[in-house]
Amino acid sequence: MNGTANDLLIVGVRPYGEDPVDLLVRDGVVAEMGPGVAERHGRDADGGAIDMVRLDADGLVLLPGFVDLHTHLREPGGEESETIETGSAAAALGGYTAVFAMPNTDPVADSAVVVEYVRRRGEEVGLVDVHPVGAVTVGLEGAKLAELGTMARSAAQVRVFSDDGRCVNDPLVMRRALEYASALGVVIAQHAEDHRLTAGAQAHDGVVASRLGLAGWPATAEETVVARDCALAREAGAALHVCHVSSARTLAVLRAAKADGVRVSAEVTPHHLLLTDTVLSGYDPVHKVNPPLRTAEDGAALRAALVDGTIDVVATDHAPHAAQYKDTEWAAARPGMLGLQTALSVVVHALVEPGLLDWRGVARVLSERPAEIAGLPDQGRPIAVGEPATFALVDPDGVWTVRGATLASRAANTPYEGMRLPATVAATVLRGRITARDGRVARHDEGQGTP
Amino acid sequence: MRHLLSVTDLDATAATGLLDTSDRLKQALLGREVRKLPTLRGRTVITMFYENSTRTRVSFEIAGKWMSADTVNVSASGSSVSKGESLRDTALTLSAMGADCVVVRHPASGAAHRLAAWIDRDSAATGTHTAIVNAGDGTHEHPTQALLDAATLRERLGSIAGRRIGIVGDVLHSRVARSNVFLLATLGADVVLVAPPTLLPVGVRQWPCRVGSDLDAELPALDAVMMLRVQAERMHGSFFPSAREYAIGYGLSTARAALLPEHAVVLHPGPMVRGMEIAPEVADGPRSAVLAQVSNGVHIRMAVLYHLLAGAQQ
Repeated sequence: MNGTANDLLIVGVRPYGEDPVDLLVRDGVVAEMGPGVAERHGRDADGGAIDMVRLDADGLVLLPGFVDLHTHLREPGGEESETIETGSAAAALGGYTAVFAMPNTDPVADSAVVVEYVRRRGEEVGLVDVHPVGAVTVGLEGAKLAELGTMARSAAQVRVFSDDGRCVNDPLVMRRALEYASALGVVIAQHAEDHRLTAGAQAHDGVVASRLGLAGWPATAEETVVARDCALAREAGAALHVCHVSSARTLAVLRAAKADGVRVSAEVTPHHLLLTDTVLSGYDPVHKVNPPLRTAEDGAALRAALVDGTIDVVATDHAPHAAQYKDTEWAAARPGMLGLQTALSVVVHALVEPGLLDWRGVARVLSERPAEIAGLPDQGRPIAVGEPATFALVDPDGVWTVRGATLASRAANTPYEGMRLPATVAATVLRGRITARDGRVARHDEGQGTP
Repeated sequence: MRHLLSVTDLDATAATGLLDTSDRLKQALLGREVRKLPTLRGRTVITMFYENSTRTRVSFEIAGKWMSADTVNVSASGSSVSKGESLRDTALTLSAMGADCVVVRHPASGAAHRLAAWIDRDSAATGTHTAIVNAGDGTHEHPTQALLDAATLRERLGSIAGRRIGIVGDVLHSRVARSNVFLLATLGADVVLVAPPTLLPVGVRQWPCRVGSDLDAELPALDAVMMLRVQAERMHGSFFPSAREYAIGYGLSTARAALLPEHAVVLHPGPMVRGMEIAPEVADGPRSAVLAQVSNGVHIRMAVLYHLLAGAQQ
């Protein structure tokens, strides 16, 4: 069997950073994999080169495509900051093949109409699988359950529900949401923040905020909600996912709940793994985020928890904001930072370079576990024959300097501006189709041939 | 000195220099029939107040006028600010009009820092220079208040280094406390804070000061006590049970003031809540430096404007 023009040949790539192999991808699936595959299939019977798409991947690390459980694509309603198109491009360039788009849009994604729109726009753009997250409560107001069942059964097939940006604070509403979700087989993702403890909060309630005169967001506001929700999830037998864990104190609660058999998973953001509240001293709101950047001790504890599995995944909380929402005084600025195109580099910098995580570990936290938590059957799969060809190809020796203005997002609010970070995404492949290559996105209506 | 945003912009030499200038300006004006120096003639000072304040705004305005600067007052209500213009656009507009100095008060901590960053970015392109003076930003700092307090303490006590200064009350929400703790520490004072735990910031243990809980135990060793303002809304936020209980624990009653040494000075940044924070007899008594603080405020602000606007040429 020789290759055809519709096939993709990936040559000399190292799955999980291990021994190099070639992959022949046919119909979006890995057809053959091993040494010498390219030699056997790259030429016709007369020894001439076959016109198939070829990715020369010498030295590149092959990972399953990344899955982001926590993305804000801002569409509909916030198109001045991001659209499904620009956000999809950022995702593809960051090595992502699936993203979960949070429902705090305008209108809120609390109905089948809105989630189906998001899903359909994602398919039209075609760079990444866009899975809408449905709101838990109508209008994110925390009072009345949204139509979870209708959204789950809609064409959007919603599997994750969240009021992210706000906490489902009312314990009775949260209990009902978990109970109701358990029958649908969906996950409730909680933004854990007791709003009574964070009224007016602007920064981590610690030494830095005290000196800067910024009202404090105490870690206990996260810890207490996670403890309560784990108890409710246990009773309901429901799946709970904790968004953006930011505090060391929350980890003890998660460990105890997991040991106790509670169906709880948790995510950490790249910025909470790497940055601390000491960057706040100039009051530049690019560093304003919710939950806030915390201390170096919190960061070290979060990194350790990701390695030992207390925290399951890295999720970006990619939150684009146009300049007018950020270039203000601190208190007036909106919280959030870009993340899709920097997540891999931050994970490599914070965890791989210090030897805390290997490439198998990166695949676990950026792809396999997130796909498993959300119940995606065709993402986060093993790299093997018969599996979908959905990949991120990473140059482990690449180094790049972050410039917000050159990122694909419509907004430029990256906290890593000017930082030199390791690891670049050489290519992203979604079911056999290249979606990004060498820093440029490849739309599905464009040819796939080598430029 | 390009801007005055925080007392940490000042080392001991710079702070002492401002106090010395303030003293000299005060002497120069003493007994003059026409209180007007030509120093800042032709310079424009704009005060931009996003919070109501009579004493600070007027103090800066008088300071500018006594040095012959043109002073313009912008208040948030009735200006473009109330039409939704951003702080950044307002500041750049005033700078483009040729303001030499913008004195800003804003409810957001760090607002003066942001203004200075925008103006510096802008002036790199246009070649203009506008100095920013922080006249109070949220719960962060109020540097000229700390400077006028230091001037008053030095005047009354003769020196600041080695003196023990108590600061009592709502430290958590007080920009005056933050500026005073750090400036007084820079000048070598021994600062002790006394407040209910609900009104102390979590990071206070890292500050260059001591935290006490028993005001009566601290008073006999203090050279000065600075009473902080307690805003009415704190009484509804469960920071303390009642005004009465606060007064019993932390108010400077006549009986309590009697525990102070003979030479000790009582300060209050104003406006005072008489009866709760401070007994009227103490506020108006011989130890009180409250009015001296106000009059020193004008001289300190003259010194700050002088150092910012004329300093470069001297």
